[in-house]
Amino acid sequence: MNPSANALQATFGNAIGRVIDARGETIVYVSPAKVRDVLVWLKGTAGQDYNYLVDVTAVEYRDRERPLEVVWNLRSLASRQDLRIKVELDPRGELAVPSVVDLWAGANWLEREVYDMFGVTFTGHPDLRRILMWETYAEGYPLRKDFPLRGRFSRSEQVRQALNVNPEGHYSMEELAIADAYDELPRDMRDRLARGERDKIPNSE
Amino acid sequence: MKHLQTVDGSDSWLTTKAQSLFEWVIKTARLDKAVNLSRANSLWPMPFGTACCAIEFMATAASRFDLARFGMERQAFSPRQSDVLICAGRLPFKLAPVIRRIYDQMPQPKWVISMGACASTGGIFDNYAMVQGIDTVVPVDVYVPGCPPRPEGLLYGILMLHKKIKGEDLFDSSLRDEQLLNDKGLRLPPEQIDEISEPFGNSVHQFRSA
Repeated sequence: MNPSANALQATFGNAIGRVIDARGETIVYVSPAKVRDVLVWLKGTAGQDYNYLVDVTAVEYRDRERPLEVVWNLRSLASRQDLRIKVELDPRGELAVPSVVDLWAGANWLEREVYDMFGVTFTGHPDLRRILMWETYAEGYPLRKDFPLRGRFSRSEQVRQALNVNPEGHYSMEELAIADAYDELPRDMRDRLARGERDKIPNSE
Repeated sequence: MKHLQTVDGSDSWLTTKAQSLFEWVIKTARLDKAVNLSRANSLWPMPFGTACCAIEFMATAASRFDLARFGMERQAFSPRQSDVLICAGRLPFKLAPVIRRIYDQMPQPKWVISMGACASTGGIFDNYAMVQGIDTVVPVDVYVPGCPPRPEGLLYGILMLHKKIKGEDLFDSSLRDEQLLNDKGLRLPPEQIDEISEPFGNSVHQFRSA
Protein backbone atom coordinates (compact mmCIF):
# COMPACT_ATOMS: atom_id res chain seq x y z
CA MET A 1 0.00 0.00 0.00
CA ASN A 2 1.29 3.40 -0.97
CA PRO A 3 1.66 5.49 2.26
CA SER A 4 0.20 8.49 0.42
CA ALA A 5 -3.22 6.85 0.58
CA ASN A 6 -3.33 7.04 4.38
CA ALA A 7 -1.95 10.58 4.29
CA LEU A 8 -4.75 11.56 1.91
CA GLN A 9 -7.38 10.05 4.20
CA ALA A 10 -5.91 11.90 7.17
CA THR A 11 -5.83 15.21 5.30
CA PHE A 12 -9.03 15.17 3.27
CA GLY A 13 -11.28 12.98 5.40
CA ASN A 14 -14.52 12.00 3.75
CA ALA A 15 -13.58 13.52 0.37
CA ILE A 16 -11.60 10.31 -0.07
CA GLY A 17 -13.71 7.32 -1.02
CA ARG A 18 -12.55 3.75 -1.47
CA VAL A 19 -8.86 2.94 -1.37
CA ILE A 20 -7.90 -0.18 -3.29
CA ASP A 21 -4.56 -1.95 -3.19
CA ALA A 22 -4.47 -4.34 -6.11
CA ARG A 23 -1.37 -6.15 -7.35
CA GLY A 24 0.87 -3.62 -5.67
CA GLU A 25 -0.92 -0.64 -7.22
CA THR A 26 -2.79 1.83 -5.06
CA ILE A 27 -6.02 3.34 -6.34
CA VAL A 28 -7.68 6.19 -4.45
CA TYR A 29 -11.22 7.31 -5.30
CA VAL A 30 -11.80 11.01 -4.69
CA SER A 31 -15.00 13.05 -4.81
CA PRO A 32 -15.18 15.20 -7.95
CA ALA A 33 -15.46 18.43 -5.96
CA LYS A 34 -12.19 17.82 -4.12
CA VAL A 35 -10.06 16.18 -6.79
CA ARG A 36 -8.21 19.34 -7.74
CA ASP A 37 -7.32 20.07 -4.11
CA VAL A 38 -6.08 16.51 -3.76
CA LEU A 39 -3.91 16.75 -6.89
CA VAL A 40 -2.50 20.13 -5.84
CA TRP A 41 -1.70 18.69 -2.45
CA LEU A 42 -0.06 15.59 -3.90
CA LYS A 43 2.16 17.67 -6.16
CA GLY A 44 3.09 20.45 -3.76
CA THR A 45 3.38 18.82 -0.36
CA ALA A 46 6.83 17.93 0.90
CA GLY A 47 7.06 14.19 1.34
CA GLN A 48 4.54 13.55 -1.44
CA ASP A 49 6.14 15.29 -4.46
CA TYR A 50 4.16 13.58 -7.23
CA ASN A 51 5.98 15.60 -9.85
CA TYR A 52 5.29 13.35 -12.86
CA LEU A 53 1.83 12.96 -14.37
CA VAL A 54 2.10 9.67 -16.25
CA ASP A 55 -1.32 9.71 -17.86
CA VAL A 56 -4.81 11.13 -17.77
CA THR A 57 -7.45 8.84 -19.14
CA ALA A 58 -11.04 7.74 -18.63
CA VAL A 59 -12.89 4.44 -18.36
CA GLU A 60 -16.47 3.64 -19.23
CA TYR A 61 -17.61 0.17 -18.29
CA ARG A 62 -19.84 -2.07 -20.35
CA ASP A 63 -22.22 -2.18 -17.37
CA ARG A 64 -24.16 1.01 -18.00
CA GLU A 65 -25.03 1.32 -14.29
CA ARG A 66 -21.41 1.82 -13.36
CA PRO A 67 -20.13 5.38 -13.35
CA LEU A 68 -17.63 6.72 -15.85
CA GLU A 69 -14.21 7.13 -14.28
CA VAL A 70 -11.57 9.76 -14.97
CA VAL A 71 -8.10 8.50 -14.01
CA TRP A 72 -4.89 10.31 -13.15
CA ASN A 73 -1.75 8.16 -12.95
CA LEU A 74 0.85 9.92 -10.83
CA ARG A 75 4.45 9.10 -10.10
CA SER A 76 6.86 10.58 -7.62
CA LEU A 77 10.32 10.45 -9.15
CA ALA A 78 11.90 11.22 -5.77
CA SER A 79 10.25 8.51 -3.69
CA ARG A 80 9.59 6.15 -6.63
CA GLN A 81 5.93 5.76 -5.74
CA ASP A 82 3.01 5.34 -8.09
CA LEU A 83 -0.48 6.50 -7.20
CA ARG A 84 -3.68 6.29 -9.19
CA ILE A 85 -6.42 8.83 -8.49
CA LYS A 86 -9.92 8.15 -9.80
CA VAL A 87 -13.06 10.23 -9.93
CA GLU A 88 -16.48 8.72 -10.60
CA LEU A 89 -18.93 10.67 -12.76
CA ASP A 90 -22.53 9.88 -13.64
CA PRO A 91 -22.51 9.41 -17.44
CA ARG A 92 -26.08 10.79 -17.63
CA GLY A 93 -25.04 14.01 -15.90
CA GLU A 94 -22.55 16.69 -16.83
CA LEU A 95 -19.09 15.24 -17.41
CA ALA A 96 -16.75 17.88 -16.02
CA VAL A 97 -13.62 17.75 -13.91
CA PRO A 98 -11.07 20.46 -13.17
CA SER A 99 -8.03 20.74 -15.43
CA VAL A 100 -4.52 20.24 -14.05
CA VAL A 101 -2.61 21.80 -16.95
CA ASP A 102 -1.26 24.52 -14.63
CA LEU A 103 0.21 21.81 -12.36
CA TRP A 104 1.60 19.48 -15.02
CA ALA A 105 1.99 21.05 -18.47
CA GLY A 106 1.96 17.57 -19.98
CA ALA A 107 -1.71 17.25 -19.06
CA ASN A 108 -2.62 19.54 -21.96
CA TRP A 109 -2.82 16.98 -24.76
CA LEU A 110 -3.86 14.15 -22.40
CA GLU A 111 -6.93 16.09 -21.32
CA ARG A 112 -7.70 17.02 -24.92
CA GLU A 113 -7.59 13.33 -25.84
CA VAL A 114 -10.00 12.41 -23.03
CA TYR A 115 -12.28 15.23 -24.13
CA ASP A 116 -12.08 14.07 -27.76
CA MET A 117 -12.77 10.41 -27.06
CA PHE A 118 -15.13 10.58 -24.04
CA GLY A 119 -16.56 14.09 -24.03
CA VAL A 120 -15.27 14.88 -20.55
CA THR A 121 -14.85 18.64 -20.13
CA PHE A 122 -11.80 19.83 -18.23
CA THR A 123 -12.74 23.18 -16.74
CA GLY A 124 -9.87 25.64 -16.82
CA HIS A 125 -8.09 23.95 -19.72
CA PRO A 126 -6.40 26.67 -21.85
CA ASP A 127 -7.25 25.11 -25.24
CA LEU A 128 -9.85 22.35 -24.94
CA ARG A 129 -10.61 21.04 -28.43
CA ARG A 130 -10.43 17.74 -30.25
CA ILE A 131 -6.96 16.34 -30.82
CA LEU A 132 -7.35 13.02 -32.71
CA MET A 133 -10.56 13.67 -34.61
CA TRP A 134 -10.81 16.93 -36.53
CA GLU A 135 -12.54 19.93 -34.96
CA THR A 136 -15.65 19.72 -37.15
CA TYR A 137 -16.16 16.02 -36.40
CA ALA A 138 -19.89 15.73 -35.71
CA GLU A 139 -20.51 12.08 -34.83
CA GLY A 140 -19.86 12.30 -31.10
CA TYR A 141 -17.30 10.78 -28.78
CA PRO A 142 -15.94 7.52 -30.25
CA LEU A 143 -14.90 5.67 -27.08
CA ARG A 144 -18.24 6.07 -25.32
CA LYS A 145 -20.15 2.81 -25.05
CA ASP A 146 -23.21 4.22 -26.80
CA PHE A 147 -21.09 5.05 -29.86
CA PRO A 148 -21.53 2.50 -32.68
CA LEU A 149 -18.28 0.85 -33.80
CA ARG A 150 -18.68 2.11 -37.37
CA GLY A 151 -19.79 5.61 -36.39
CA ARG A 152 -23.22 7.19 -36.49
CA PHE A 153 -23.37 8.25 -40.15
CA SER A 154 -23.50 6.10 -43.27
CA ARG A 155 -20.21 5.40 -45.01
CA SER A 156 -21.08 7.67 -47.93
CA GLU A 157 -21.94 10.50 -45.54
CA GLN A 158 -18.66 9.95 -43.67
CA VAL A 159 -16.73 10.07 -46.96
CA ARG A 160 -18.67 13.15 -48.06
CA GLN A 161 -17.99 15.01 -44.82
CA ALA A 162 -14.34 13.97 -44.84
CA LEU A 163 -13.77 15.04 -48.45
CA ASN A 164 -15.57 18.34 -48.01
CA VAL A 165 -13.35 19.47 -45.18
CA ASN A 166 -10.53 21.80 -46.05
CA PRO A 167 -7.40 19.95 -44.83
CA GLU A 168 -5.99 23.16 -43.43
CA GLY A 169 -9.15 23.46 -41.30
CA HIS A 170 -8.10 20.38 -39.31
CA TYR A 171 -5.23 22.11 -37.68
CA SER A 172 -4.62 25.01 -35.39
CA MET A 173 -2.91 28.24 -36.30
CA GLU A 174 0.37 27.06 -34.85
CA GLU A 175 0.28 23.85 -36.81
CA LEU A 176 -0.40 25.24 -40.28
CA ALA A 177 -1.15 28.49 -42.02
CA ILE A 178 -4.94 28.23 -42.00
CA ALA A 179 -5.77 31.70 -43.19
CA ASP A 180 -7.28 30.15 -46.34
CA ALA A 181 -9.65 28.01 -44.31
CA TYR A 182 -10.65 30.69 -41.81
CA ASP A 183 -14.26 30.88 -42.99
CA GLU A 184 -14.70 27.14 -42.64
CA LEU A 185 -13.52 26.93 -39.06
CA PRO A 186 -16.04 26.20 -36.32
CA ARG A 187 -17.48 29.32 -34.79
CA ASP A 188 -15.91 28.86 -31.36
CA MET A 189 -12.48 28.40 -32.92
CA ARG A 190 -12.94 31.59 -34.95
CA ASP A 191 -13.95 33.39 -31.77
CA ARG A 192 -10.87 32.13 -29.98
CA LEU A 193 -8.68 33.27 -32.84
CA ALA A 194 -10.42 36.64 -32.95
CA ARG A 195 -9.84 37.11 -29.24
CA GLY A 196 -6.15 36.76 -29.97
CA GLU A 197 -5.59 33.64 -27.89
CA ARG A 198 -3.31 32.36 -30.65
CA ASP A 199 -1.12 33.84 -33.31
CA LYS A 200 -2.66 36.52 -35.47
CA ILE A 201 -4.33 35.44 -38.69
CA PRO A 202 -2.86 37.22 -41.72
CA ASN A 203 -5.43 39.49 -43.38
CA SER A 204 -8.14 38.67 -40.84
CA GLU A 205 -11.01 41.06 -40.40
CA MET B 1 27.89 6.20 -75.66
CA LYS B 2 31.48 7.32 -75.28
CA HIS B 3 31.94 5.48 -72.00
CA LEU B 4 31.38 2.17 -73.78
CA GLN B 5 34.31 2.68 -76.14
CA THR B 6 37.24 0.36 -75.85
CA VAL B 7 40.73 1.53 -74.99
CA ASP B 8 41.75 2.05 -78.63
CA GLY B 9 38.72 4.29 -79.26
CA SER B 10 36.72 1.93 -81.45
CA ASP B 11 33.12 1.00 -80.51
CA SER B 12 32.83 -2.03 -78.26
CA TRP B 13 30.72 -5.02 -79.18
CA LEU B 14 28.13 -3.89 -76.62
CA THR B 15 27.88 -0.40 -78.07
CA THR B 16 27.34 -1.74 -81.54
CA LYS B 17 24.63 -4.07 -80.28
CA ALA B 18 22.90 -1.29 -78.32
CA GLN B 19 22.96 1.07 -81.27
CA SER B 20 21.52 -1.48 -83.63
CA LEU B 21 18.79 -2.38 -81.11
CA PHE B 22 17.95 1.30 -80.69
CA GLU B 23 17.74 1.79 -84.43
CA TRP B 24 15.57 -1.32 -84.74
CA VAL B 25 13.12 0.05 -82.11
CA ILE B 26 12.93 3.42 -83.87
CA LYS B 27 12.35 1.89 -87.28
CA THR B 28 9.84 -0.80 -86.39
CA ALA B 29 7.83 0.36 -83.37
CA ARG B 30 4.46 2.04 -83.56
CA LEU B 31 4.40 5.43 -81.87
CA ASP B 32 1.86 4.44 -79.20
CA LYS B 33 3.85 1.32 -78.35
CA ALA B 34 7.03 3.35 -78.01
CA VAL B 35 5.34 5.99 -75.85
CA ASN B 36 3.63 3.41 -73.65
CA LEU B 37 6.90 1.51 -73.32
CA SER B 38 8.62 4.69 -72.17
CA ARG B 39 5.81 5.55 -69.75
CA ALA B 40 5.65 2.08 -68.24
CA ASN B 41 9.39 1.89 -67.72
CA SER B 42 9.89 5.33 -66.21
CA LEU B 43 7.16 5.49 -63.58
CA TRP B 44 7.98 7.89 -60.78
CA PRO B 45 6.21 6.76 -57.65
CA MET B 46 4.67 9.13 -55.13
CA PRO B 47 4.72 7.06 -51.93
CA PHE B 48 1.80 7.83 -49.63
CA GLY B 49 2.88 5.66 -46.70
CA THR B 50 0.63 5.63 -43.65
CA ALA B 51 1.30 2.31 -41.93
CA CYS B 52 3.21 -0.98 -41.95
CA CYS B 53 2.75 -1.31 -45.73
CA ALA B 54 5.09 1.67 -46.01
CA ILE B 55 7.80 -0.36 -44.27
CA GLU B 56 7.31 -3.08 -46.86
CA PHE B 57 7.35 -0.42 -49.57
CA MET B 58 10.72 0.79 -48.25
CA ALA B 59 12.01 -2.78 -48.41
CA THR B 60 10.81 -2.96 -52.00
CA ALA B 61 12.62 0.25 -52.86
CA ALA B 62 15.83 -0.78 -51.09
CA SER B 63 18.69 -2.74 -52.56
CA ARG B 64 17.47 -6.33 -52.15
CA PHE B 65 14.31 -5.89 -54.25
CA ASP B 66 15.28 -2.63 -55.91
CA LEU B 67 12.39 -0.81 -57.51
CA ALA B 68 14.91 0.95 -59.75
CA ARG B 69 15.06 -2.19 -61.89
CA PHE B 70 11.60 -1.26 -63.15
CA GLY B 71 12.36 2.34 -63.98
CA MET B 72 11.28 3.65 -60.59
CA GLU B 73 14.69 5.06 -59.79
CA ARG B 74 13.37 8.30 -58.46
CA GLN B 75 10.94 8.50 -55.53
CA ALA B 76 9.03 11.67 -56.23
CA PHE B 77 7.85 12.79 -52.74
CA SER B 78 6.18 15.61 -54.63
CA PRO B 79 2.88 15.00 -56.39
CA ARG B 80 3.80 17.45 -59.12
CA GLN B 81 6.68 15.32 -60.39
CA SER B 82 5.14 11.88 -60.12
CA ASP B 83 3.22 9.37 -62.20
CA VAL B 84 1.94 6.73 -59.82
CA LEU B 85 0.46 7.27 -56.37
CA ILE B 86 1.14 4.29 -54.12
CA CYS B 87 -1.12 4.37 -51.07
CA ALA B 88 0.75 2.08 -48.68
CA GLY B 89 -1.38 1.62 -45.58
CA ARG B 90 -4.76 2.43 -44.07
CA LEU B 91 -6.39 5.73 -44.87
CA PRO B 92 -8.27 7.43 -42.01
CA PHE B 93 -11.08 9.83 -42.85
CA LYS B 94 -8.89 12.63 -41.53
CA LEU B 95 -6.40 11.93 -44.34
CA ALA B 96 -9.02 11.48 -47.09
CA PRO B 97 -8.96 15.14 -48.20
CA VAL B 98 -5.15 15.04 -48.12
CA ILE B 99 -4.77 12.08 -50.49
CA ARG B 100 -7.50 13.61 -52.67
CA ARG B 101 -5.54 16.84 -52.90
CA ILE B 102 -2.32 14.99 -53.66
CA TYR B 103 -4.08 13.03 -56.41
CA ASP B 104 -5.51 16.23 -57.87
CA GLN B 105 -2.05 17.82 -57.84
CA MET B 106 -0.47 15.02 -59.88
CA PRO B 107 -0.15 15.80 -63.59
CA GLN B 108 -1.52 13.45 -66.24
CA PRO B 109 -0.80 10.73 -67.07
CA LYS B 110 -1.23 9.29 -63.58
CA TRP B 111 -2.07 5.96 -62.01
CA VAL B 112 -2.85 4.75 -58.48
CA ILE B 113 -1.76 1.56 -56.73
CA SER B 114 -3.68 0.59 -53.62
CA MET B 115 -1.17 -1.38 -51.57
CA GLY B 116 -2.42 -3.79 -48.93
CA ALA B 117 -5.71 -4.90 -47.44
CA CYS B 118 -6.41 -1.68 -45.54
CA ALA B 119 -5.94 0.66 -48.46
CA SER B 120 -8.00 -1.61 -50.71
CA THR B 121 -10.92 -2.43 -48.38
CA GLY B 122 -10.35 -0.95 -44.93
CA GLY B 123 -8.92 -4.31 -43.87
CA ILE B 124 -9.28 -5.09 -40.17
CA PHE B 125 -10.20 -1.47 -39.44
CA ASP B 126 -13.94 -1.66 -40.06
CA ASN B 127 -14.57 1.23 -37.68
CA TYR B 128 -15.61 4.86 -37.37
CA ALA B 129 -12.22 6.31 -38.27
CA MET B 130 -11.20 4.49 -41.46
CA VAL B 131 -11.99 4.86 -45.15
CA GLN B 132 -13.27 1.48 -46.39
CA GLY B 133 -11.13 1.32 -49.53
CA ILE B 134 -9.38 4.29 -51.08
CA ASP B 135 -11.37 3.75 -54.28
CA THR B 136 -14.17 5.68 -52.54
CA VAL B 137 -11.81 8.68 -52.62
CA VAL B 138 -9.54 8.31 -55.67
CA PRO B 139 -9.71 6.01 -58.73
CA VAL B 140 -7.48 2.95 -58.35
CA ASP B 141 -5.69 1.06 -61.13
CA VAL B 142 -4.09 -1.87 -59.29
CA TYR B 143 -5.02 -3.41 -55.94
CA VAL B 144 -2.25 -5.35 -54.20
CA PRO B 145 -3.59 -7.77 -51.57
CA GLY B 146 -1.67 -8.70 -48.44
CA CYS B 147 -1.29 -7.58 -44.86
CA PRO B 148 1.20 -6.22 -45.63
CA PRO B 149 2.10 -7.52 -49.13
CA ARG B 150 5.56 -8.97 -49.53
CA PRO B 151 7.87 -6.90 -51.76
CA GLU B 152 7.34 -9.55 -54.45
CA GLY B 153 3.62 -8.80 -54.22
CA LEU B 154 4.11 -5.10 -54.73
CA LEU B 155 6.52 -5.76 -57.61
CA TYR B 156 3.90 -8.02 -59.19
CA GLY B 157 1.36 -5.22 -58.83
CA ILE B 158 3.76 -2.78 -60.46
CA LEU B 159 4.34 -5.19 -63.34
CA MET B 160 0.57 -5.49 -63.74
CA LEU B 161 0.43 -1.71 -63.94
CA HIS B 162 3.17 -1.86 -66.61
CA LYS B 163 1.00 -4.29 -68.55
CA LYS B 164 -2.01 -2.02 -68.20
CA ILE B 165 -0.03 1.01 -69.37
CA LYS B 166 1.38 -0.86 -72.35
CA GLY B 167 -2.16 -1.70 -73.44
CA GLU B 168 -3.44 1.86 -73.28
CA ASP B 169 -4.63 3.66 -76.40
CA LEU B 170 -2.40 6.68 -76.83
CA PHE B 171 -5.04 8.57 -78.81
CA ASP B 172 -7.91 7.96 -76.40
CA SER B 173 -7.86 11.31 -74.62
CA SER B 174 -10.64 10.24 -72.24
CA LEU B 175 -8.03 8.17 -70.38
CA ARG B 176 -6.36 11.43 -69.44
CA ASP B 177 -9.49 13.24 -68.25
CA GLU B 178 -9.22 14.58 -64.72
CA GLN B 179 -11.67 12.66 -62.54
CA LEU B 180 -12.72 15.45 -60.22
CA LEU B 181 -15.22 15.21 -57.38
CA ASN B 182 -18.82 15.77 -58.46
CA ASP B 183 -21.13 18.52 -57.24
CA LYS B 184 -21.95 16.47 -54.12
CA GLY B 185 -18.24 16.41 -53.29
CA LEU B 186 -17.99 12.67 -53.95
CA ARG B 187 -16.24 10.55 -56.56
CA LEU B 188 -18.93 7.86 -56.74
CA PRO B 189 -22.69 7.82 -56.14
CA PRO B 190 -23.44 7.58 -52.38
CA GLU B 191 -25.20 4.22 -52.68
CA GLN B 192 -22.15 2.77 -54.43
CA ILE B 193 -19.88 3.99 -51.63
CA ASP B 194 -22.23 2.41 -49.07
CA GLU B 195 -22.21 -0.83 -51.03
CA ILE B 196 -18.45 -1.19 -51.40
CA SER B 197 -18.03 -0.19 -47.74
CA GLU B 198 -20.27 -3.05 -46.58
CA PRO B 199 -18.60 -5.35 -44.05
CA PHE B 200 -17.53 -8.73 -45.34
CA GLY B 201 -15.62 -11.76 -44.06
CA ASN B 202 -15.01 -11.73 -40.32
CA SER B 203 -16.04 -8.14 -39.88
CA VAL B 204 -19.75 -8.93 -40.34
CA HIS B 205 -19.62 -10.28 -36.77
CA GLN B 206 -18.30 -7.05 -35.36
CA PHE B 207 -21.54 -5.51 -34.07
CA ARG B 208 -20.45 -5.08 -30.50
CA SER B 209 -22.26 -1.88 -29.59
CA ALA B 210 -25.51 -0.12 -30.42
